Amino acid sequence: MAKWDISRIDEWKGDEFPLGACIPESGNSREYVTGGWRSQRPVRDSEKCTQCLICWIMCPDSAIVVVDEKVTDFKLDHCKGCGVCANECPADAITMVPEGCELPEVK
Amino acid sequence: MATQKTVSTTGNIVVADAMRQCRPDVMAAYPITPQTTIVEEFAAYVAQGRVHTEYITVESEHSAMSACIGASAAGARVMTATSSQGLALMWEELHIASGMRLPIIMANANRALSAPINIHCDHSDAMGARDAGWVMLFAETAQEAYDNTIMATRIGENPDVLLPVMSCLDGFITTHSIDRIDVLDDDTVAGFVGEYVPQNALLDIDQPVTHGAFSGLGGPFFEFKRAQRDAIERSREVIKSVAAEYSELSGRPFGAIETWGMEDAEVAIVVIGSTAGNTRHVARQLRAQGVKAGVVKVRVFRPFPYAELAATLSGVKAVAVMDRAESFGAEGGPLFLEVRSALYDAETRVPIVGYIYGLGGSDVRLDLIERVYADLSDIAAGTAQPGGLVYLGAR
Ligand code: SF4
Ligand code: SF4
Repeated sequence: MAKWDISRIDEWKGDEFPLGACIPESGNSREYVTGGWRSQRPVRDSEKCTQCLICWIMCPDSAIVVVDEKVTDFKLDHCKGCGVCANECPADAITMVPEGCELPEVK
Repeated sequence: MATQKTVSTTGNIVVADAMRQCRPDVMAAYPITPQTTIVEEFAAYVAQGRVHTEYITVESEHSAMSACIGASAAGARVMTATSSQGLALMWEELHIASGMRLPIIMANANRALSAPINIHCDHSDAMGARDAGWVMLFAETAQEAYDNTIMATRIGENPDVLLPVMSCLDGFITTHSIDRIDVLDDDTVAGFVGEYVPQNALLDIDQPVTHGAFSGLGGPFFEFKRAQRDAIERSREVIKSVAAEYSELSGRPFGAIETWGMEDAEVAIVVIGSTAGNTRHVARQLRAQGVKAGVVKVRVFRPFPYAELAATLSGVKAVAVMDRAESFGAEGGPLFLEVRSALYDAETRVPIVGYIYGLGGSDVRLDLIERVYADLSDIAAGTAQPGGLVYLGAR
């Protein structure tokens, strides 16, 4: 099936809206950017991090980026700043810092 | 015209039979007086293999409508039945069903809402759901309840509509009284309703879809509601054409409203449901005494037939609207508010009086209906003015 074209969604009129608010695609929630809800962001200290991947398991938004079985980053388009990762990290490697403030230096 | 069989049975039994003839894929229901015999009878049809429906027994009406929504989104033809507190318990799902544009067909046996606890007829249950976005049909007789169930299936599933339909019949009066009913044969009904062709079925694995998603912060919720408004407006024409087609099969005509004596009526009563029969009986007797009495029965309550009401009532000298439901604190019952609104644009101002009657099954005797016509005759003659709302026959 052709990918659902939502490029003009803000200009849709009348019949262009799908019946009953049905989305004619499945599993496309990654296109729904929720990062704008965030008031604080996680920052990881890579020296303290033991790569246990608990944050990756616990993040409710699948916002922990793992490459070759290693945590590398946060997907800030989807991270809502809930702080679950910081709370769960057994190595205290993650700190939540307020958005809009200067970030602490990370190693 | 198709061949029909005359049977002698109750409203509930023929509604169950009509549902069986429409061959739903799924029924999810919970029993409640006075609806129970519909789903009980239907369960028997399933057990006997007379219909191949997945019958889901649930623990409440909240779950019943939730299961109906899931099944309908999956692409099934879905039916259920409820009444009173059961309909009230479905309230949030009623809005979800219409918002998701799922053509679920539901029979509602009109019954009062507690408190005090009461199992008898009034229209409070359905009227409480009148803003839920469902097409709403009301039957006067068991025959109409049967016919409405079959027509409801075609109306709801029409691609221009795709909305749930509530088909109401008066609790006990219509649900449990034995009546004479002409029923169509199974093949005729199956041919009339046809196969349901769902759009965006969840079970279509070649075309995966998402139902019931969040509309987003500041998203197009408003536009989806307008689309729902457009759909129920389009249902007006669909209701008419389905009725025209159905009357060719059955020989029974159906309008959004049905009138008696309105060609030259000076005094008229507007009423919904089983009381229409007694009202016509009184009007007929009054006609013999020279009173130009008329009756307007409202069969389709949503979408409300404003134009039809305005046209039929415009030449009348006094109108009474009989409501079997309250809208506490409003100027009258739900039907009164609609009828008065329908007359707002009329060229001449028609005096109109609201009557609340029959709540919780309280008796609607012929002398009470005579009293309404007598009040109207006084207003028409100019010897009385329309007063406020009347509780007809209350001690
Ligand atoms: S703050 Fe919450 S959403 Fe963001 S990465 Fe951590 S657990 Fe995930
Ligand atoms: S939970 Fe803490 S230690 Fe474990 S991978 Fe995540 S940041 Fe590293």
